[in-house]
Amino acid sequence: MTQGKRVIVVGGGLAGLAATVRIAEAGTPVDLVSMVPVKRSHSVCAQGGINACNDVARQQGYSEWQHMDETLYGGDFLNHQPPVYEMTHWAPRIIDLLDRMGVPFNRTTEGFRDLRLFGGSLFKRTHFAGASTGQQLLYGLDEQVRRYEAEGKVTKYEFWEFLAPVMDEGVCRGIIAQDMRTMEIRSLPGAAVVMATGGCGLIYGKSTMSMICNGAAAARCYIAGAPLGNPEMIQVHPTAIPGEDKCRLMSESARGEGGRVWVPRKKGDTRDPRKIPEAERYYFLEEKYPKYGNLVPRDIATREIFWVCQEGLGIGGGNMVYLDITHLPRETKDKLAAILEIYETFTGDDPRETPMKIFPAVHYSMGGLYTVYTPEERPPVPGDPLPGVVGLKHGAPDNMMTPLKGLYAFGELNYQYHGATRLGANALLSCIFDGLFCGLSVHNYALEQPASSNSTAAFQQAAEKEKQKAQKLIDNQGEHNPYELHQRLGLEMTAAATVVKEESRMQQARESVRQMKQQYKSIKLADAGGWTNQNLMFARALGDMLPYAEAILAASIARKESRGSHYRSDYTQRVDDPFHKTTVVSYDSAADEPKIDWEDIPLPMVPLRARTYGKVEG
Amino acid sequence: MSQTETTSKRPSRFTVRVKRQDDPRSAPYFQAFELEYRPNLNVISILQMIAAKPVTTEGKQVAPVAWDCNCLEEVCGACTMVINGKVRQACSCLLDELLAPGRGASGEIVTLEPMSKFPVVRDLFVDRQRMFDNLLKIKAWVPIDGTHARGPGPRETQEAQEERYAISRCMTCGCCLEACPQFTKDNMFRGAQIMAQAMYFNRHDTGKQLKDQRLDVLMGEGGVHDCGNAQNCVKVCPKEIPLTEAIGRAGRQITVHAIKKFFNAGK
Ligand SMILES: Cc1cc2nc3c(=O)[nH]c(=O)nc-3n(C[C@H](O)[C@H](O)[C@H](O)COP(=O)(O)OP(=O)(O)OC[C@H]3O[C@@H](n4cnc5c(N)ncnc54)[C@H](O)[C@@H]3O)c2cc1C
Ligand code: SF4
Ligand code: SF4
Ligand code: FES
Repeated sequence: MTQGKRVIVVGGGLAGLAATVRIAEAGTPVDLVSMVPVKRSHSVCAQGGINACNDVARQQGYSEWQHMDETLYGGDFLNHQPPVYEMTHWAPRIIDLLDRMGVPFNRTTEGFRDLRLFGGSLFKRTHFAGASTGQQLLYGLDEQVRRYEAEGKVTKYEFWEFLAPVMDEGVCRGIIAQDMRTMEIRSLPGAAVVMATGGCGLIYGKSTMSMICNGAAAARCYIAGAPLGNPEMIQVHPTAIPGEDKCRLMSESARGEGGRVWVPRKKGDTRDPRKIPEAERYYFLEEKYPKYGNLVPRDIATREIFWVCQEGLGIGGGNMVYLDITHLPRETKDKLAAILEIYETFTGDDPRETPMKIFPAVHYSMGGLYTVYTPEERPPVPGDPLPGVVGLKHGAPDNMMTPLKGLYAFGELNYQYHGATRLGANALLSCIFDGLFCGLSVHNYALEQPASSNSTAAFQQAAEKEKQKAQKLIDNQGEHNPYELHQRLGLEMTAAATVVKEESRMQQARESVRQMKQQYKSIKLADAGGWTNQNLMFARALGDMLPYAEAILAASIARKESRGSHYRSDYTQRVDDPFHKTTVVSYDSAADEPKIDWEDIPLPMVPLRARTYGKVEG
Repeated sequence: MSQTETTSKRPSRFTVRVKRQDDPRSAPYFQAFELEYRPNLNVISILQMIAAKPVTTEGKQVAPVAWDCNCLEEVCGACTMVINGKVRQACSCLLDELLAPGRGASGEIVTLEPMSKFPVVRDLFVDRQRMFDNLLKIKAWVPIDGTHARGPGPRETQEAQEERYAISRCMTCGCCLEACPQFTKDNMFRGAQIMAQAMYFNRHDTGKQLKDQRLDVLMGEGGVHDCGNAQNCVKVCPKEIPLTEAIGRAGRQITVHAIKKFFNAGK
């Protein structure tokens, strides 16, 4: 038992909850801080599934190694290999554990866990619970956390917002947080702090992500000195329905279950899609990528959709293509019910009867806080083709720690695992893996630390700083509206740094973000009150999104090549020398600018190869 | 109805009436906002428009409305409110549907109120901690040995999985409680959601280890006996959780449990 020591976990999505379970189980009590009740975290949105090698696939020649290889190939080799090795090799036991927790995975006739096909693989290795897998997994972990809560080992701080890490002589000793209802700002000491605050989609205005995914927590750590890794790697998902408030995802599982993407062969064809005969439909993904078809990785599908629309082949000449599941048997459609309902609710059309109209949307951040780990050389397991392999040392205190000692980054916030593109159904895995595998690291690190206490000057200063910052925002009497500013930021980022990037457009965006930073100094809040002031929270988050946006742009400009999700029309090829490197972006506080360093990526197991997915030219 | 068809009949502006309350102790009041009509608006985007420009119909600059939301796709359960008198999720509530013809004189007006069965934090934002406390009370978890590798969980038939999956989609939104005549702000009644959850865990091979303890809670004050069977709950549940069956099953399990307890006590 860690006498008097506690650990703070910020974020109660899959990563935060898995970490909480593991740390509490190891014997260190946890303070769990989240802006929303943890059961409402963004992870509930995940639809399609979670990947792991399994007995059936194994008998067809699949292995954990192959899962690793797919993840590296998908990520265009920008991923560090030892963490991917460990994650893919742990995946089967993670599924078993979730199964034991009672997650209602779909079943086969014999009562085994059912599997589906997903992007970037030719094997069925995706486990799922209907089309609401994330919700089911999150609840499974939430229930275990509640059990520890009942035992007094977990204390929840729900509706609390993380504002800053507290650094004392170079070591993270806790956080400053604010109660979103009473607006009380206080410090919380912790022998270690795990950040698990998810992605940053709101920087792009509308994305498929939830409203809490604004990247502000990440930005606050970045400003406090924790660098970002590969922030330019933003995934744009090929199939979403654009909406006024957000873009709603149509999961890859629709294609995994046999859904097909097409446009009419004739430009500007206005016929009802059901009346367009087979021969007059252009199944462009299937034609260009005969091997993977509709299940090429997302960045590839997204660019093909984008180009097809640029050529004027989009539906009615606009920016949409068809995602068609109408031909599938009823039982298959039933498995997709959860997502089909979303489509029907928000568009009014029944996708069982008529093809869905979809377009790409910002979806996932592969980049995030930069972290380190302790590699471990060991003999291979069955399926590994090498005499020696490199994984992670279980329990090593620095696994997934940022360069700020004692501050960890788990889940989507962590830049590891996915390189330049994340494969579908690998995110849930990486989030839970971070929590379960590295939770022990946090516990071990905490063991070595002195007991937590928030009596030092560092805590008081940090809390005072946040109180002043909030007061300043409230008192500000400027002319700029934070919502309007956010809208402009979103439009600018979407135009400059998504599917296709190009130098001069990005420079222009950098200039406008610089201007927005100036304008931000003279914003005016519509609410000066001291109770549940959502206006203040929004405006403060916006202030942190701006430097994060600058980091995305600066890294995108600096990476003069195309790799995975990062596609440059002015540098269309992957250039390994010098760009097979991690972009490490640190915040230069004196200049208020991002500073870029490059770090080599070791290739201890799988050598680099070209990423083509069997494309045929034509 | 296609989009173009509906837009042609749409007003250029519409009015939203919001029931506001500054904090848990102060009195509620109504404020109206006039907004420009756009196709495809949902209640969340309406609230976002108000937040960006919080000026009432009388031209008064006011504090923006506070509300709760996250996923915006009807899966997190956060955004429950009472919209034109009906409890539902704000994110999946489309304006076009509210303005649909045949709605009478109030057709152009959207009224937003907080749920009435939970304490208001501010405006449309309420405190549903009671629902989470109830989950704790009924031990809503599967008591696994720990996170170490132990092989797979129990095999399960497709039928059992389907039954459990239907309940596991419950997003703790509280619509069922708002609509329930037995559930009030100050009583103990736990409501249909918790009965369904208890049945969910009792249906699982490992979860049922705690079955008796769950049934003890449901037998006590605020449990199944307080349900008047009005079935309002099932009508409003956005996730179509089979609440009627769950209440029925909970009743049967409790009867068996009570008999067992009675005979055990006599031993
Ligand atoms: C629509 C959709 C579908 C997806 N489907 C799949 C899929 O099928 N398979 C797959 O593998 N992946 C999928 N993904 C990706 C995956 O869902 C996410 O990457 C993953 O859920 C992220 O989990 P997380 O634990 O890192 O963070 P989240 O679940 O995003 O949780 C973040 C947590 O941090 C808290 N938080 C944030 N900021 C603060 C702050 N400042 N202070 C305090 N708390 C804070 C929040 O309250 C929340 O609890 C999908 C993503 C989307 C958008
Ligand atoms: S059946 Fe009626 S009384 Fe019982 S929980 Fe449902 S609404 Fe409430
Ligand atoms: S049972 Fe239905 S209405 Fe009740 S909380 Fe669950 S999802 Fe909401
Ligand atoms: S915002 Fe999640 S249910 Fe409406």
